[in-house]
Amino acid sequence: MIQTNLDTMKLKFLIKPLFLISIWFVIYHYLQPLADWLIYSALGMSQGDHFAEALWFFVYEFPKVMLLLGLIIFFVGIIRSYFTAERTRTALEGKKTFTGNVMASLLGIVTPFCSCSAIPLFLGFVEAGVPLGVTFSFLIAAPMINEVAVVLLYGMFGWKVALIYVTTGLSIAIVAGWIIGLLKLEKWVEPWVYETKVGQQDWDEGTISFETRIQMGYDAIREIVGKVWLYVALGIVVGAGAHGYVPEEFMANLMGKSTWYSVPLSVLIGIPLYSNAAGIVPIVSVLIEKGASLGTALAFMMSVIGLSLPEMVILRKVLKLPLIFTFIGVVAFGILVVGYIFNYVL
Amino acid sequence: MNIKILGTGCANCKNLEKAVNMAVADMQIDAKIEKVEDIQKIMSFGIMRTPGLVINDKVVLSGRVPSVNDLKEIIAKHA
Repeated sequence: MIQTNLDTMKLKFLIKPLFLISIWFVIYHYLQPLADWLIYSALGMSQGDHFAEALWFFVYEFPKVMLLLGLIIFFVGIIRSYFTAERTRTALEGKKTFTGNVMASLLGIVTPFCSCSAIPLFLGFVEAGVPLGVTFSFLIAAPMINEVAVVLLYGMFGWKVALIYVTTGLSIAIVAGWIIGLLKLEKWVEPWVYETKVGQQDWDEGTISFETRIQMGYDAIREIVGKVWLYVALGIVVGAGAHGYVPEEFMANLMGKSTWYSVPLSVLIGIPLYSNAAGIVPIVSVLIEKGASLGTALAFMMSVIGLSLPEMVILRKVLKLPLIFTFIGVVAFGILVVGYIFNYVL
Repeated sequence: MNIKILGTGCANCKNLEKAVNMAVADMQIDAKIEKVEDIQKIMSFGIMRTPGLVINDKVVLSGRVPSVNDLKEIIAKHA
């Protein structure tokens, strides 16, 4: 039965995504006129009115961001099906530091990662002989730089800010991991990590067909969009509300360029706060609109996403406290430098 | 047949457990389903992403939760 259906199936599984993508482009293209029509014609609101502007902001921004998210997550889901944690480990085994740090940070972006898997991943890496610093580069890059952050930054600030975020995030992951490697902190890894016998079961899911990979793209949309849509909606509601009602320079004193302590303060506040990119980007967009400088806002965002209390609690099982504090310190310092560079140099 | 679900208790581990239960009930097969939550035991299977699925002591899946239909195929293949 599978054999006879092969030809029709080949066609079918390509038609559906292509059809959906064309519809996507049509909707995306007409989103702005549609929002204009809905607010100013159908509802008859007048341009310049605070409430109308706020409503328009939501009616336009929310579908736009969700459309961008859906499309990118779909493709990233397919790409990720080629990068498994096992392959990443093999690629990093016995890599020299720095080259290893660069590779680990890059692989951290594309390898599927969830903080609940941080422990098995850490054990798997360390047992396979991936150096500690290289492992850290991966652990820093993986949560901080992801498709949701990039899409939201692109959607709300344009490609320049998205690119700045990715390159500075990568630099932090590379350099922080490299420094942790130089410090030779293996003594602060819990001893049981090195005693754990990691099984050498070479499991292989077999060749995954392209059809299954497309299905994995849909699965990724369902899983990630299902998880983040509410945060995006809330963030944009707050953004839409602040848009018209909060005074323009509200944040200028606290988070502006001229306030020297704004960057360290943002980093400190960001560490215990935990949110995913979906929740934080709309908030950051409000902060910037209300007078926060780009460097301070980016530092805040990186600190919230990259350094999170729940992840530290999970990592505490494999790392002793001094190593956790070193990790937080080195990464926080990196974020600080990035914040200051953007506030004062660029 | 012995089926083990490897996971430290994350949301996806619970989803996999549910899906496995449904698949086994649908297939009407006699299977013993175990949950392995101890991290050192999980690591002994050599997986790096939870949840993991082990059938008759062989790892067949790690890091994702397939649909119930896909699970039935996987179970049938490794039974």
